[in-house]
Amino acid sequence: MNALARRRYSKSAPVFLVLILLALLTAIGFAANGSPAEASTASADDIAEGQKLFAANCASCHGLDAQGTEGVAPSLIGVGAAAVDFQVGTGRMPAQQSGPQVQEKKPQFDDEQISQLAAYVASLGEGPAIPTDEMVDPTLGDPAVGMELFRTNCAMCHGSIGGGGALTQGKFAPNLWSTSNRHIYEAMLVGPQSMPVFNDANITPENKRNIIAYLDFQQQGSPGGLKLGSIGPVAEGFWGWLVALGLIIASTIYVGARAS
Amino acid sequence: MSTEEKQHTNSQQHADGQWVDPGLPPHRPRRADVDPKAAKRAERQVAALFGLSILGTIATLTVYFVQDQTEEVASIRLVNILLGISLCFAMLGIGLGAIHWARTLMRDHEMVEERHALRTSDENREIAVQYLKDGAEDSGLTTSRRTLLKGSLITAVALAPLAILVPQIGNMGGDWNVSKLRHTMWAKGTKLARDPDGTPIKAADVTIGSVFHVIPEGLNDLEHGKLEEKAKAVVLLIRMDPRDLNIQPGREDWSFDGIVAYSKICTHVGCPVALYEQQTHHLLCPCHQSTFDVANGAKVIFGPAKRPLPQLPIAVDDEGYIIAQSDFHEPVGPSYWDRLKGTSPSPSASQEADA
Repeated sequence: MNALARRRYSKSAPVFLVLILLALLTAIGFAANGSPAEASTASADDIAEGQKLFAANCASCHGLDAQGTEGVAPSLIGVGAAAVDFQVGTGRMPAQQSGPQVQEKKPQFDDEQISQLAAYVASLGEGPAIPTDEMVDPTLGDPAVGMELFRTNCAMCHGSIGGGGALTQGKFAPNLWSTSNRHIYEAMLVGPQSMPVFNDANITPENKRNIIAYLDFQQQGSPGGLKLGSIGPVAEGFWGWLVALGLIIASTIYVGARAS
Repeated sequence: MSTEEKQHTNSQQHADGQWVDPGLPPHRPRRADVDPKAAKRAERQVAALFGLSILGTIATLTVYFVQDQTEEVASIRLVNILLGISLCFAMLGIGLGAIHWARTLMRDHEMVEERHALRTSDENREIAVQYLKDGAEDSGLTTSRRTLLKGSLITAVALAPLAILVPQIGNMGGDWNVSKLRHTMWAKGTKLARDPDGTPIKAADVTIGSVFHVIPEGLNDLEHGKLEEKAKAVVLLIRMDPRDLNIQPGREDWSFDGIVAYSKICTHVGCPVALYEQQTHHLLCPCHQSTFDVANGAKVIFGPAKRPLPQLPIAVDDEGYIIAQSDFHEPVGPSYWDRLKGTSPSPSASQEADA
């Protein structure tokens, strides 16, 4: 019992240290700034720069005033900075080609340009803001609570550990392991494409962080064996039929062949 | 053996159209048969493979006893991989060694196994038939003797399966009250609450495009049968732009400003239907790809389901919370016997008649 207690203490000590450090940093941040960083960074210059970028890169579909085009692109008035940060930050926008759904690619803009675009769109109408680093910090969340919420709200599309899965007619729920914590938070907040909205009244900001902590926990990987993409019986059947059966046939030929 | 069979099929046709057996190909000695050095090398190879197996076994035991596995996933993974690899060598070494031994060093002279006719000889057949006839004669099956024995045997054989069937069917469930399937926990005034924490939901919380996974308020307080009730009562609460929603005739007051509530239990075989696509308002069942159109009364647009999902009539109370107007107007989930017996005629029931 004694040995167990000693070990537990030594294991959780770094976590406590990190927590204290984070609390200190947050306190300093608040003292220096007075308000969350997000609200203060959008200056008039940013909005003006963002409007230029928007006119050059987005307006052909979303319209010069971001009012949208019927049947082509939705209105962006009121979608908020979070939607822009997600769509442009994951490279989904500007969209490259039409298809069942717009897919992730290398972002076309750098961080500064994305924040300028976000500032411009946020200035058009009130909408969800980009979460702060603290709001998406997995070390502050509880993966166990996150698991329960993930399995109720997310697992039916994204799979029980976030491996992703198929939807109808070529659409799919992407896997979430390489998505940044901020983008996961923003996706819940704004509901991009087929995904429904999970606003703060449905899943509180704290519970969103718990979900991020659960997904972050998956980064530790599987306890052994090939995961085969964690997309279930299709991939497993593929391996069973092609790879395993192939190996059996190859070894049968080896056993039956004449030695030289 | 496979080599000879291949040779057999290469038999040639004579000019007169007769197939002749070309016999076995000439025996070709292997390298180890003629070169003692090669034989020695093959022997060493086989011994090395067996040695590999020994090392694998030792490694497996070492990993098992030496491992210091913690609850960290990385440490579990490391131990699993090491155990797996060493066990693989322990097994594979024996197998490969045995095969290599047989292929290179054991005798390799060709053998022919003649095929025999499948049909047994007439003589044997007659003997077998005679045995059966004698047996029947002895038991008196063909005569009127020993009717008591015959009757009791037939009765015993007929009754014996009951000893297996009755307990099995009896254990399928002590509860044969089918009317439970017709009702759920929902009642007039029950608040819609979030799954899993059970907090009630305000209409203002449900913004356009939102999906709430819903249980009846009070479900979490049940002491018994919580999961049974949950399995019937789970609901998906969806808000869409009211312009997108085609309200079904007879259900004009079942929704609230674009907010609709549908049973989450698929009408096909009862999987939870929850893959909601916000833009198309399609709801997909992950089990058999039944697709329901939530904007049009959750009617089936694809897949094996035969009926729309049952809709839960909702309203908003004075405090702004979403409440149920009543229970579902039809049993939720898949079909069963007498499903619609005793249900009040409702718009949904008439729709089913069409379906």
